[in-house]
Amino acid sequence: MIIATASGKGGTGKTTVSVALAQAFETPVCLIDCDVEEPNSAFFLKLKPESRQEVTVPVPQIDAEACTACGACSTFCVFNAIAVAGKTALVFPELCHSCGGCVRVCPENAISEAPVPIGEISCGKTGSITALEGRLQIGNAMAPPLIRACKKAAPAGMPVLIDAPPGTSCPMITAVTGTDFVILVTEPTPFGLNDLILAVETVRKLGLKYGVIINRSDSGDDRVVHYCEEEEIKILLQIPESRKIAEAYSRGDGLLTAEPDLTDRFREIIREIELETK
Amino acid sequence: MKELVVISGKGGTGKTSVTGSFAALAKNAVLADCDVDAADLHLLLNPDVKETHEFYSGFQASIRPDDCTGCGTCMELCRFDAVSADGPAFRIDPFACEGCGVCVEFCPKKAIDFPECLCGKWFKSETRHGQMVHARLEIAAENSGKLVSTVREQAKKVAEDAGADWLIIDGPPGTGCPVIASITGVDAVLVVTEPTLSGEHDLLRVLQLARHFEIPAFISVNKWDINSEMTARIEDAAGKAGATVLERIPYDASITKAQIQGKSIVEFNDGAAATSIRTLWEKLCQKMK
Repeated sequence: MIIATASGKGGTGKTTVSVALAQAFETPVCLIDCDVEEPNSAFFLKLKPESRQEVTVPVPQIDAEACTACGACSTFCVFNAIAVAGKTALVFPELCHSCGGCVRVCPENAISEAPVPIGEISCGKTGSITALEGRLQIGNAMAPPLIRACKKAAPAGMPVLIDAPPGTSCPMITAVTGTDFVILVTEPTPFGLNDLILAVETVRKLGLKYGVIINRSDSGDDRVVHYCEEEEIKILLQIPESRKIAEAYSRGDGLLTAEPDLTDRFREIIREIELETK
Repeated sequence: MKELVVISGKGGTGKTSVTGSFAALAKNAVLADCDVDAADLHLLLNPDVKETHEFYSGFQASIRPDDCTGCGTCMELCRFDAVSADGPAFRIDPFACEGCGVCVEFCPKKAIDFPECLCGKWFKSETRHGQMVHARLEIAAENSGKLVSTVREQAKKVAEDAGADWLIIDGPPGTGCPVIASITGVDAVLVVTEPTLSGEHDLLRVLQLARHFEIPAFISVNKWDINSEMTARIEDAAGKAGATVLERIPYDASITKAQIQGKSIVEFNDGAAATSIRTLWEKLCQKMK
């Protein structure tokens, strides 16, 4: 079983929910932090990574001797990652999507590929939780290949929880694709509702099962609840606004540290999702 | 004209609330929302859309099942796991397709179409605080970075044509593609953060990004009184990372109340947060002179 936690709007409590779910599991579970631009789950789990693995993508290299500057590669590349300048082709690695097309279209076999690092995956353990974290290099624009690598690195034989990045674009879609259930975390404000609707439309288009958690549920108005009722979307949990939770969060303490009584509620949510995804 | 973008690293720290207030405070500004896949600034500025433009970018491979012989070349060559067998023919998952064109080029039967994608729309609008350029990414569409670049280019044109003094941009969270597209070449970034471990961690990453692109950075800690020790620690770390620390903003429940009424906090009341944001804007104006 794979459960993703996503949101649309940032800062609604995705990591809070993912970490609480992981801690509520009574059997071994893997938590993958796929918010690779800003990964945050490790300090809520008080983890020190035990191992790190560099993630690379293949990027073309031009053999300037063999290149005739015919331009076949630059004509083919829809990402404008290769241009012909003078007597040879030039590669712009930050634009390359690593499709390998240029290597195949080059009539002189003048293009090979070399691995270029984009980030790393670290792995740590605490209790029965195995935690993987993807971390994109600063200045690198390509989150999706690193997110795919993180998902592939999950150990077999245990449920997987995915902490997705905010938004509804490529990184979020890459993170939630192929999961069994998506928990959308929102807050009861106009911004929260606007972005929840976008996230709901996205998971519907991807054909995924989903439910909603409303965080700081008494801090705004009731439009999110009305929207969920009208759209027949299951509200899994409402977490009231609490200074105690906010202060714990600011120190890097998770929701279940501040409110241990919520553990049973999270176990119920896990059982509900298990039933729904069977 | 000065181009300022408000970013955060971590989401939900108050970028849009601050940007909306700056829109109300700035004289002769053009506004832009570059958080195209979760855009919210329009909820505060209530734009009257004057022009709508379709945004096409990138391509999408699609196999014509009648012409597909099921040879599997496309599946073998696709590096994005987008191709799967569908009976005797193959099909491409539109969400997994990267739009690279490798399958299109090497299909022996030329049975794959490669149309351009409609990825979203962008708008030129009027608001009570000046002109605004914003966008909406199609549901589950890609190329948000390119849409961000389009919004910025168009907003810059509008600002230049109008002789504006400011282009104020609401940026996306994170450090990846849309953020890079939002900040390259601007005069300064303002990073709005919060006094939490996550806020600190994400702020330092985004400041590293600003330094990578050699962009002057200012920071403001929002909800600073949630944890004053952490606020001091963050301001110290930001200073060491080369950013200029500006006015803090206190926690103020009326920011949500203002949002519910579709207003920025500085239009809503003269409370603690509104006062701090006014001071923050004045300091920014001085520093960016």
